[in-house]
This record gives sequence, structure tokens and C-alpha cells, in this order.
Amino acid sequence: MRNALTIAGKELQGYFVQPVAYVVMTVFMVLGGWFFFALLSRFNLLLQMYSAAQNGAAERFNLNQMVIEPLLHNLAIVLVILVPAITMRSFAEEKRTGTYELLLTVPVRTAEIVAGKFIGAAAFVLIMIALAGIFPLILAMFGNPELGVIGAGYLGMAFLAVSFVAVGLFTSSLTQNQIIAAITCFGGLLLLYVISWPADVGNTAFAPLLRYLSLPEHFSQMVSGIIDTSDIVYFLSVILVALFLTQRAVESARWR
Amino acid sequence: MIEVKDLTKTYGNFTAVNGISFKAERGQILGFLGPNGAGKTTTMRIITGFMPATSGTVTVDNLDIFSQSLEARRRIGYLPENPPLYSDMRVEAYLRFVAKLRGLARSKIDEALEHVVAICGLTDYSSRICGQLSKGYRQRVGLAQALIHDPPVLVLDEPTIGLDPRQIREIRGVIRGLASDRTIVLSTHILPEVSQICDKVVIINDGQVVLEENLGQLPAGTSLEDVFLGAISKERRVDAVSAEETLEEVGAGHS
Repeated sequence: MRNALTIAGKELQGYFVQPVAYVVMTVFMVLGGWFFFALLSRFNLLLQMYSAAQNGAAERFNLNQMVIEPLLHNLAIVLVILVPAITMRSFAEEKRTGTYELLLTVPVRTAEIVAGKFIGAAAFVLIMIALAGIFPLILAMFGNPELGVIGAGYLGMAFLAVSFVAVGLFTSSLTQNQIIAAITCFGGLLLLYVISWPADVGNTAFAPLLRYLSLPEHFSQMVSGIIDTSDIVYFLSVILVALFLTQRAVESARWR
Repeated sequence: MIEVKDLTKTYGNFTAVNGISFKAERGQILGFLGPNGAGKTTTMRIITGFMPATSGTVTVDNLDIFSQSLEARRRIGYLPENPPLYSDMRVEAYLRFVAKLRGLARSKIDEALEHVVAICGLTDYSSRICGQLSKGYRQRVGLAQALIHDPPVLVLDEPTIGLDPRQIREIRGVIRGLASDRTIVLSTHILPEVSQICDKVVIINDGQVVLEENLGQLPAGTSLEDVFLGAISKERRVDAVSAEETLEEVGAGHS
């Protein structure tokens, strides 16, 4: 475990001495800010219109449903693109520069290496999500959103992002080319995003399975404020399966 | 002590190393020679546990590198062909990182760091960024990283490559100085280097050992270059031929 933390610390520091981290965070926050601004403007406009109508509809307006929920869904899509950019170098770069040879010859277990890389990258995306906490904070200053629901939504996004990280580590462990690592990760995540589409047509026997595999199904539950053990189990399974495969991939590299 | 027995490594159909055996004792510097592509790097990678052999065994201080891997790896300091530096880390941070991974106690790291920085001539460089170092200094940092946990066994893949003549002399001095209570295996293309610092030489060609000999036992007047060229120009060596006979033949062939 100590070794894992040593590696995690070095990984996390590594992100911040490279421009990639700042670019990724800036893009995430700029897009997030833009979504937030757009959603809030729309909310204001609708509120004004319905208030003028005085039919009581404005009473049912809900900051959570109209601002935070769509904001989190949009940010999740942004993460599908950004997380591969964060994780792509983790193993691929080490293989290319030869530091892999150091990593595999020091007395450290493969599982510790994978755990270290995972903790480092996960910490990075969690910092990013914590920064995005500014949006509900602004809402809380001027309005009265339900903080519990927002908390559940951010917890969902944290689980989602950390699962993405695990998938990204896996694709990075398969190649020494960062672009390939990023693109396969992006493809995989997007597939998990749209995997339930055929299920919506309703003609396949796999529908329940596809729905279960679908990321947004579980994510939207949490965003709407429902913390269900089965959703958490889903995210944890994605993380564990991806990390297990990563560990196998690193181990197998020794055998080639 | 390093003992390599019947080591074979195949990549698909290609046999990189074919039944190599040799032994390096404590206090010995073993020079590992061979033409490019002879299997030197592959052998060193197997010795250090980077990859497993297809067959055969390697023991480091009587620990099997495969079945007692962590214990064995703890005893090895390894400088790969390309110094494994993280280009965005500073030298000192990098060496601390490696020291921790190699299992050095936190309280001993400062002392160890000071020591390797001094013997590798990095005193003025410890706050430099690894990626901005010249080849020679990258090599020194690579050596420092291999020495930081004071390992009983050192495996150095071409430690003096890319250094200028003065640096070569310094690094050779460092290696020589380390030898007294350690086992060192180093590969090189520079034959005089072997004559100067090694106690024993192993020459491989096409993945097989063609010569294993203590340098002191080379007949007077035979240059290592002749021995080397003679050994690698031979067709596949019959295993029964002893090293002594090989030397005689080589000597005869070139006299």
C-alpha cells in the first residue's frame, strides 16, 4: 500500500507539472461555466414568463431539475472526452520512454503499480469535480436549491469519473501509443453511454442487460437524487473489472 | 552472486537467448560482451526480473528471480540501456521516488541520496529537471538510481555509453570502487573497458555463450579484441569445448 501511495503521489504531481492538467481543467471549467450560464439564463427567462402568466406554474419551478441536472449530464459528456486525455499517458508513456523497465524491476507488485496509478488519476479528476462544485455554490448564494439532491448528483459524477479513469488506465496499459490509448478509451466510454439505445426500441431480449450496462441509466438515477446501492455496485464493478484487466495486461507484458 | 542456468528466451519463432549459463561471484565484475543483437539486453532484462525466461533459471543471492521475485529484485540495482528517467521530474525528486520504491526506509533516504549524488557527480544537478539533462548526466542519474538502495547486485547495461572520455574514466572509477563487496554485471561494446575494470568476461553470440573466462587467466600477450573476434566468428560452438581449448584455438588462429 505504501508503494501504491508513493506512485499515486508521483502521478498526481506529474499531472500538475505538465500543461495537460491545466488545459483539461480549464476546458472543463470553461465549458461547465458556459453550460451553467446558459441553463441559468433559460431558467430565468422561463421563470419570468410563467410568473407573468400567474397561473401558479412558476411555483413548481425547480433549480435542481432545470439547472443542476442538465448541467451534470452535460459535464458527464465532457468527461467522456477529457478523461481519456488524462489517463492516456499513465502506462503508454512509461512504455515509450523506458521507465516501464524501472517500474517493473523495482520490488513492487503489479497490483500496487496499478493501484498507485489509479489513485493518482482518480484524485486528479476528483479535484476537477470539486472545482465544479462552484456552480451549486453560486446557486446556493442566490437561490434555495436542495443540497441533498445536488450532493447525490455530484457523488454520481464522482463515481462516473472514477469509473472512466479505470477504463482509461486499462486502454493505456494495452499500448505504448498515447493516441491509441485515448481513442480506444473514448470509444469504450461512448459505447457504454449509448449501449442502451437498441433497448429503447424494445425488440430485443437483451434489453434489460443493455440497460444495466448503460452508464447514463445509473448516473441519471443519482443525479435525480436517488442513491441506490445497485447503482453504486454498478460503478464499483466497472472500476474493479477495469482495474483487474489492467493488472492482467501489465502482468502479461512481462510475458511477451 | 548471480547464477544463470540454461537460460532460453524466444519471441515467437525468434530465439533471442539460447541456453545461456554463467556465474558471477560476489566481489566480481563480470563484463558481458557480444555483438549487437546477440542477446545481451534480453539476458539482463531476465536477470532483473523485467521479463521471465522461456526456460532456465536465474538466481540472485540464491533467490530465484521468478518465484522469489520481490526479494530478489530488492537486491538488484539495474541501469537499463536507456536511463529510465521521468523527464518532468527533478533529479532529487526522482531519486527519492526510486529510493522509496526500492524499499529504502524513509529515515535513510536523505543519507542515501547525498551519498549517490556525491559519487555520481551530481551535486550541482540535483534540482535540475531530468528531461533537460545531457546524455552523460542522464546516464549518471541512471547510475545513481541503480545505486541508491546500496544493492549487493548491480546490473548495468552499457553504463558508459554516451559519456565523454573524462566522464567515462570517472564512472569506471565509481564502478571499480563499488566492486569490493558486490556482484556487478555490465555489458559494453568497449573492449578496453572490460580489460580495465572487469575480473571476468562472458562473450555471447547468437544467443549462446561462446566464452566464459577470468581475465587473469588469459594468456599473456593475447588481446581481448582477438579473443572477442575469434569467439564470435566461430560457427556454433560445440558445448563440450572448454573455455581453455577455445582460447588455445583463438590464440593459434591469430598468432
